[in-house]
Parts: sequence; C-alpha cells; structure tokens
Amino acid sequence: MLVVLALLFLVAFVAPWIFRKIGRSTFYILAAVPAAGFVWLMATFDRYTGAEQGALAGAPNAPPSETIAWIPELKLELAFRMDTLSAVLSILILGVGALVLFYCARYFKVQDPNIGPFGAQLLAFAGAMFGLVITDDLIMLYIFWELTTVLSYLLIGYARNRLAARRSALQALMVTTFGGLTMLIGLIMVGQTAGTYRISEIMARAPELVQQGMLIDVAIFLILVGAVSKSALVPFHFWLPAAMAAPTPVSAYLHAAAMVKAGVYLVARLAPGFSTTAYWDWTVLGLGLLTMLAGGWLALKQFDLKLILAYGTVSQLGFLMMVVGLGNRDGALAGLALLLAHGFFKATLFLVVGIIDHQSGTRDIRKLSGLYRSSKPLFAVAVIGAASMAGLPPLLGFVAKETVYETFVHEAEKSGAVGYLLLAGIVIGSMLTFAYSARFVWGGFAYKPNVRKTAFTPVPPSFLAAPAVLAAATVLAGLWPGPADKAVQPYVTLYEPDGAPDGHLALWHGLTPALGLTAVTLAVGYLLFRFRGQVGSFQDRFSGGLTGERAYRGIVGVLDETAVWITGRTQRGSLIYYLFVILGVAVVTPISAVILLDPPWPDSWVLADSPAQLVAGAGIILAALGAIRANKRFLAVLMVSVTGYGIALIFALQGAPDLALTQMLVETIALVAIVLALRSLPARLWLRAPGGFKLLRALLGVAVGGAMVVIAMTSMAARTQLPVSLEFPSLAYDDGGGANIVNVTLVDIRAWDTFGEISVLAIAATGVASLIFVRSRGDKRTRAAGVASGSVDRITELPQRHGDKAALLTARRFATVAKETWLVAGRTLAPERRSIIFEVVTRLLFHSVIIFSIYLLLAGHNAPGGGFAGGLLAGLALTVRYLAGGRVELAEASPVSAGFLLGAGLCTASLSAVVPLVLGGGIFQSAILHFSLPVFGDHKFVTSTFFDIGVYLVVVGLVLDVLRSFGAEIDERSEDQHPIPHRGRPHEAPEPVEEGVAR
Amino acid sequence: MTVNITLLAVMGVLVAVGVYLILERSLTRVMLGLMLLANGANILLLSTGGAAGLAPLYRSDIAPEDYNDPLPQALILTSIVISFAVTAFMLGIIYRSWVLGRQDEVQDDIEDRRVRNQSSFDAEDDTAIPVETTEFVPEDADERPAGKKTKQRGSR
Repeated sequence: MLVVLALLFLVAFVAPWIFRKIGRSTFYILAAVPAAGFVWLMATFDRYTGAEQGALAGAPNAPPSETIAWIPELKLELAFRMDTLSAVLSILILGVGALVLFYCARYFKVQDPNIGPFGAQLLAFAGAMFGLVITDDLIMLYIFWELTTVLSYLLIGYARNRLAARRSALQALMVTTFGGLTMLIGLIMVGQTAGTYRISEIMARAPELVQQGMLIDVAIFLILVGAVSKSALVPFHFWLPAAMAAPTPVSAYLHAAAMVKAGVYLVARLAPGFSTTAYWDWTVLGLGLLTMLAGGWLALKQFDLKLILAYGTVSQLGFLMMVVGLGNRDGALAGLALLLAHGFFKATLFLVVGIIDHQSGTRDIRKLSGLYRSSKPLFAVAVIGAASMAGLPPLLGFVAKETVYETFVHEAEKSGAVGYLLLAGIVIGSMLTFAYSARFVWGGFAYKPNVRKTAFTPVPPSFLAAPAVLAAATVLAGLWPGPADKAVQPYVTLYEPDGAPDGHLALWHGLTPALGLTAVTLAVGYLLFRFRGQVGSFQDRFSGGLTGERAYRGIVGVLDETAVWITGRTQRGSLIYYLFVILGVAVVTPISAVILLDPPWPDSWVLADSPAQLVAGAGIILAALGAIRANKRFLAVLMVSVTGYGIALIFALQGAPDLALTQMLVETIALVAIVLALRSLPARLWLRAPGGFKLLRALLGVAVGGAMVVIAMTSMAARTQLPVSLEFPSLAYDDGGGANIVNVTLVDIRAWDTFGEISVLAIAATGVASLIFVRSRGDKRTRAAGVASGSVDRITELPQRHGDKAALLTARRFATVAKETWLVAGRTLAPERRSIIFEVVTRLLFHSVIIFSIYLLLAGHNAPGGGFAGGLLAGLALTVRYLAGGRVELAEASPVSAGFLLGAGLCTASLSAVVPLVLGGGIFQSAILHFSLPVFGDHKFVTSTFFDIGVYLVVVGLVLDVLRSFGAEIDERSEDQHPIPHRGRPHEAPEPVEEGVAR
Repeated sequence: MTVNITLLAVMGVLVAVGVYLILERSLTRVMLGLMLLANGANILLLSTGGAAGLAPLYRSDIAPEDYNDPLPQALILTSIVISFAVTAFMLGIIYRSWVLGRQDEVQDDIEDRRVRNQSSFDAEDDTAIPVETTEFVPEDADERPAGKKTKQRGSR
C-alpha cells in the first residue's frame, strides 16, 4: 500500500511537466495511477476483510500494516494499516478518483494553461486522502487531514481570477482549519492519555480510556469538532455550498466522494470505542439530524443544479454521520453501505451537472429545458443517480436506506422516545431527499413550457464514460448486494454482538416496518415535489435570519476589526514608542522579580579598588552627562570618546592590559571614522527642536540604569560557586600553550564565540560598504599612476575670511612636484591639503607600525596583544596613510581589497577549525609544535595562532572598509557634487579667483 | 562577592545616559547612545570579574585567584570590537539617510500609520458576489480588485 501512496504523490509531483509535454491528455495518465491502485485494492481485498479487524500488528490474523520509524523521540512514526474500513474508503478514493481524472480530460479546455498544477493537485489530493484512511498514527492522520484541506483550498480556488472562487476557497480553508486545529488538541490529549499515538492500539484500549472520564470526553468532543467541520455539518455547513465555485470534477471528488467523507471516516473509526463518551450523542446524532433536515430543506430552495446537489450533500453527510455514529452493529453495517452508495450516486450526479454546464453553458434550472431529449444516455445516467439518492429500488441507495430504516426501527424499539425522534427525523429527511432528487431531474432535464429549449452540444462517449460507470456500479450493487455486503460486513465485528441477529444488505427483506416507512417516504416525497410551487412559497416565508454564512462573515469581520485595532494601538510606526515599551518591560520584569522573590543582597562593599579608579569613574560620569548637554555634533562625539578612553584607563587599572590596548585603538579609529562619516552633516546636532517627553525619557533612562545596578548587585550577591575561570590559567598554559590567558580564551578555549564574532564583523563591514557604495562592494582600486597631480580633494568653496583666502592661494601657487617624494600618492592630493611634515612622519612610521602590529599578533599568545589588537593597529596605520595622502594613497597602501581581506580572514579561521578534524582531532583543536632553527634557537609554535591570523585579517578588512567607505568614497562623492571648475566655465558665481590658479 | 560601588555607578550612569540618547530622534545621538550602552555593558562585565588583580598573564607562581578574572575580559574584548562594527554600521546608515533625505532623524513609519487608519472593509472579503450558474463564463469576465489587475495580468 505504501507503493500506491508513494506513486500517487510522485506522479503528482512530475505531472506539471507531463502536462507541458502532452497537454490535456495527461489526465489519462494521471487517471491510470489511482486506477492501478484500485485494481491492486480489489485483488488484495480479501486480505483486509479476511483479517480480524481489531487485532494489533503482530497478532496472527491482523490486518496488513507497515511501520517506518520517523522520530522515535517524539513517538512519531509512519504507521499504516489497512483494515476493512480503510479498504472501503479506498474504494471510493481510488475508484472515483480514477474516474474523475479520466473525466477531467474532456472537461477542461485543451489550451487551458492552468491544468498542469490543477492535475497535480487533484492527484496529490487522492494521495493525501488515501494516506488519511490508511494511516494508523494520530499525528500522521492530522498531517494528511490538513494536507487535504490545503489541496482543497487550491482546487476550489482554481479559477483565481474569479472573486467567488477565491473567497470560497479561503472560507473553506478557514473553517476546516479551525476544525483541524481543534481536532489536533483532541488528538494530542488522547495520544498523551493513552501513551501511544497508534490508532489501532488506542482503539484496543478504548474501554479503559473511556474510564478516564472528563478528559477523554472532552478530547473526543474536540476531535468531533474537526470531523463536523470537515464533513460540513451544521453549524459549519455553509462552506460546502460556497465551495461549489470549484470546477465540477473537484466538487464531484472532494465534496461528494472523498474529502467530506473524512469526517465520517473519523467518526466511523472512533465509534466502536468511544461512542459512549459524554458529548458523543449530542454532537454526532444531534448535529447529524439537524444537518440532514436543514440541508434537505435548503436544497429544495435552490435553482442552481450544483447547489441542489451541494445542499443535498450537506443533508446526506448529516445522515451518514448519524448512522455511522450510532455506535452499534446495525448502524455500522448501514452506515458503511450508505457511505458507498452516496459516494457513487453523488459523484455521478456532479459529473452529470458538469456535462450539462459544459455543453449548455448554464446550470440554472430556470433556463434549462428539454434536455432529456437532447441526450438520452446522459438522462438515463442522471435518473439512475437521482433514483439511488432518493432511495428507489433496485439501486444501491435503496439497499442502504432500507438497512438504515431497519437499524433505526430497532433503535426506536430499544431506546424509546429518543429513538423514535431520530427515526422520525430520518424519515422526514428522506422525504426531503426524494423531493430534491426529483427536483434535480426535473430541473435539469424536463421540458418547461415557458422556457426556450436549451441549446446543447452532443456529449462525446468518453465524456459520459465516468458517470456511466458509476451509475452502472450503483445498479449492479443494488441488484446484487452480496459483494457490497461482504465488503462492509467485517467492519461490524469491531462492535460487541448485542444479541440480535446480524443484519445483511439485501434488496428484499420481506414485509418489514422499514419497507412501510420507505413507501411513506416515497409518497410524501412525491407530494412535496408535485406541489413544489406551494412548498416554495411556504419556504420563502422563512428566509433571512441567522445563517452559518452570516455568522462566519460576522466573526471574520470582528476579527478583522480587532486586528486593525490592536495593530493600530501597538504598531505605531515609531521606533521611540517601541523602545519605550521594550525598555519599560525590561525594567518592570526584573524589578518585580526582585521585589517578589527577595533575592540576596551583597554584604561586602568597596567604594573603589584604587583612588585612580575613582577619578577615572568620575571623569567618565562627567563626560557621559556632557554628551547629553552637548549641542554640537562633534562635541557630543568627543564626550562619548572621553568615556571610552576613561574606560580604557579603568581596564588598565583593573589588570586587563589587553582590554586597555584594544579599547584605546578602537576608540581612536572610531573617532576618526565618526569624524569622516559625519563631516557632511551640519555641525549643529538638532535641525529642529529636540523631541518632547524629555522628562519621561530621563525617567526611563534613570530607571533602566538603576535596574541594571540592582540586577548587577543581586546577581553578584547570588554567586555561590567558584568562577569557572579559575581553571583557565592552567587550561591556557598547559593545554593552550600560551601565557596570555585572555588571548588563549579567545582563540582556543572559547574559539566558537570568536568565530561567531568575526563573522559578524565581516557582515558589518560588508554592510557598511554596501550602504555607502550601494551598487557594489567597490573593491576596485584607483592606482596613483592614473591620477593627475593635485587633483584630489581640492577646495571648491572659497573661504570667506580674507586670511584663509590668501593662504589657499599661496598654497596653490606652489607647483606640484611630479616625482613622488615621501608618499606614493602624495602628489595627487591638492596642494592646499598637503602637509609635508605629516607625510614625512607617516613615511617613517607606517612600516614600523605594521611590523609592530604583526608582532602584537604573533606575541599575543604570551603577552598582551593578539589578533584584535594587532589588526586594529594595522588599521590605524592605514588610517594615518589615508589622512596624510588622501584616498589614492589609501588605495596604494592596501595591495588587496577589503573584501579579499575579510574573505581570507574567515577562510583562515575556518581552516584552523576544520583542519584538525581532518587530522583526526576535534574541531578547533590546537597543537603545540616545538622546533629549533639554527640561528634563532628553540621555538614553540601553537597552531591556534592561525585562528588569530584570521581574526587579524578580518579586523584589518573591517577598518579598511570603514576608511574606504567613510573616507575615500565620501571624498569622491563630494567632489562629484562640486566638480572642479574648468577654465572659462565658472562653477558658481563667486569664483572668479579660481581662474588665476596656476595648474 | 565584594561589590565595587564606583564601577556600578559608572555602569548605571552610562546605561541611563545611553537609554536617554537612544530615545531621541537624532540618529547621531542614537548612535552615541548605543556606544555608551556598550561601554556600560563592558563595565558591568568587568565588575563581575571581581576586584582588581594581576594581569592574566600566566606565571606558575601565581595562584588562579590572584589574576583579574580572564573570562569577563575575553567577553569584553569581543564586545569592544563588535560595538565598533555596530558604530560603523550606524555611521553608514546616518550617512545614507543624510544623502538620501537630508535627514539625520529616526522617521516614523508612515505605512504603519496608514494601517491604523484603514477601515475593516476589504474588497476581496466584503464585496457582493454575483450569482453564477456556470463555470464557463467568457474569458474577459474579470472580477479582480482594481488595484491588483495590472500585477496579475503580467503573471498570467
């Protein structure tokens, strides 16, 4: 059976390609798949009916089952099991599925571009449905269940340019998913209570589970909500008629034969064990009866043939639900027979409607007339289907309905008033069924005096084949009910025998009360049809009122409004508002925890570790407060920098040389970067008055700061264990081979953290570059050779003060030297930008600094330094080169691009993680290599240095990216905005002085 | 363990000022606020390492307790460089926002305001549907909402 299941999905998967190749005829290929499955099912049918139905897997005569472990930890397994109930459902799923797909090949237009996905979805639906009935696991059941829901959504919405189709698809999805989710809760409750999700085991232990009382009662009720919504029972019935916006083959398959039967299947599956739970009767029998009557009543009001069938289906589903949910042997027999009968005749009738619509262009019974003469075979098929629905002999529908009557007559005799009520309801429902069946045939085919005979193109035999086969099955199974009886009989054995002789499906039971009821049904039904005019005007008096559809629209409307309201209240679009909320929560939560839980408070305090720390702290606090007051951009930046340098001092005092070094370097580079980036912004910090809520912001700031202090104090006081880092010194020295414990921690003990961090650095660097360069990473370098001397960074706006103006002109009067002097690209800088002293110093310092940075990198394992500090220092050297020689100088100073550095760094770090793995060690494992060189003596090399080299490269790449972006690129852009004026074409009015500049 | 009041006070002030600044509209001040918050977090980490001690450079004659705790130090080192990257990224954003909009301000999201004021009527959900009694309507019958027409036509 797994082969069939897999085949259905696999072919569905490739179906769109086949459609593209051979077009509409692909439906024949698709039909062959379930057809083959059907043949297999028939060939092996005895194995399912012959087995002992309730036996668990492993027992001698158990139904065939297959189990594949999936996630054993979650008790999830792919368990499948085919017993009689599954097999009977599979007849409908595979048989009707094959016929419907066959029918599709004539139904759709040849050139319809959407049939590829449609065919695939329809076949996949067959797979999902087949999976649903053969799975033996509650969770799998749910998965297949929702799979059918989703596919049904896609299939109903096939005509996506039609509003009706889109809306009904969504409605069906919402209603059935609501039920599905409710059901999932119930399934999990049952599964957890039973300790297993295997359906067969749960059913075997049902009597013991029912003893649990309330819990199982509720769980079963929740599951029934799912079944009721899927099978379109009141109050969820409205989605089914709306779903008639689907193409008719879909209605025939999903909404008559297969999907809506999923709920009935579930009830039939659970009924043998759980029909005695508290809410069962009310849900299944009560709603079933209500649905049967409401559906029949509404079907009589319809003018659209398809809607007559749709409401008829609603009615029949209620009927079916009652019968299979009755919970005894008779009900089981009758229910399954009715299930088969309904699948056959309803699919037949839908396919007939599809043909009528296809050939005549309408389904409105007020426009159709005289069709019985246009196509006799079609008429015959329709009459057989409708007669079976109405319960006329000698058809399968009659056989089934007789058995149902028999069952409920017995039930009434046994349980008195309630039983009689149910019996009466069923008889009335059947009368309505007869009436709308007649209305269907009359409406679709009869000659109506006032209506013009409908134009009707002849029906090709291949189009009619599918409904004809179903009609033939209806007749044959009615005349010879033996095989059907044999097929459904084993299911009955799941119930305890109740003493009465077992019923059988038969055409003739003798003169029984049931036969009498049938006669009454037919007579009253005929009268209802005969006086349809009077019935119609009677019905019209009851129009309006609360319908399920209206309630649904109302609920969805309220949900929409609530969503808009809540979104409007919470999603203000203001970052500040969000921050207020987030920070407010961040204050309130821990502080309430402190108040409620009374955590320990520290018992030993110290003002400061040293007087110097106190001074540094005071400086930081003052600078931070100054940052608030500063109204000039760079003053505020400077204040923040002061806090940074102060913190570097605190680090140094605390015994953290690495931190002090790194903090100093970072603070310096950050200062340069900020100045470079913000130079084009106005000096004043506020373009308009700073926003309100000043007091509120201050309060929140103080609250957050205070909360942090409280959290810090309580968490430090709560410490009970010795710090893990007491192990670090020996770990670092003995295992990591380095004396600098912090550095070894970074590159070895906690290398994963560092690896994550350098990845973030690479991402941030790329982010910066892409924010500034926008189109690319801008890794192309401009070489000095192609740049004219003195062309870079020329001052274009003349200074206002006379002295400055004179200085500028003097500077420009010096001719630029063509030959490079101190810096490679120094000559390219505009003369007024150059500083010879700076160039000389840079020339002298640059290489020493680079060498020193490499020393820091390599020595970092044992002395303060390491990849971060080294990389930052190298970055600082590049910064100096840029400041002294301009952007071309920076390009000359960096022989490889920043992107390359980042990539190479990450690559090196990754290799140092992976290579040990290849060599048989653990990831990031380091080794200590001892070697001696002739002149340099004995040496020790630790392989984690490679990781540090990666860090170094990434950091250099980051700094380079920052310089290129905020320095070089912004330079270039501001030059583009003020192009260097050419002779005779002054750029702007006040620039005549420019003319005289010696170039 | 012993609590250092100076460090805690510095941390508290840095965080408080940082929060005050990130609640502003000026992007530059937001960036400065973030820098201060990062500094505050670093001090917090540092204070968990206990009292000042020897630099964590291994010598066999030093007991592990005498070093300043190396673990917070490693964490802070990571944090310092990451905050630099964040600052650089913020700078990129500030520059871009200035170039594009001549603004150095956090803007309100206008789309969100539009959402708040929209009505709950949705053409897709709430318009009346004509009764259809056939699937085989002419090709040009098109009931798509006006706004979506052009978009969907392309994908057809």
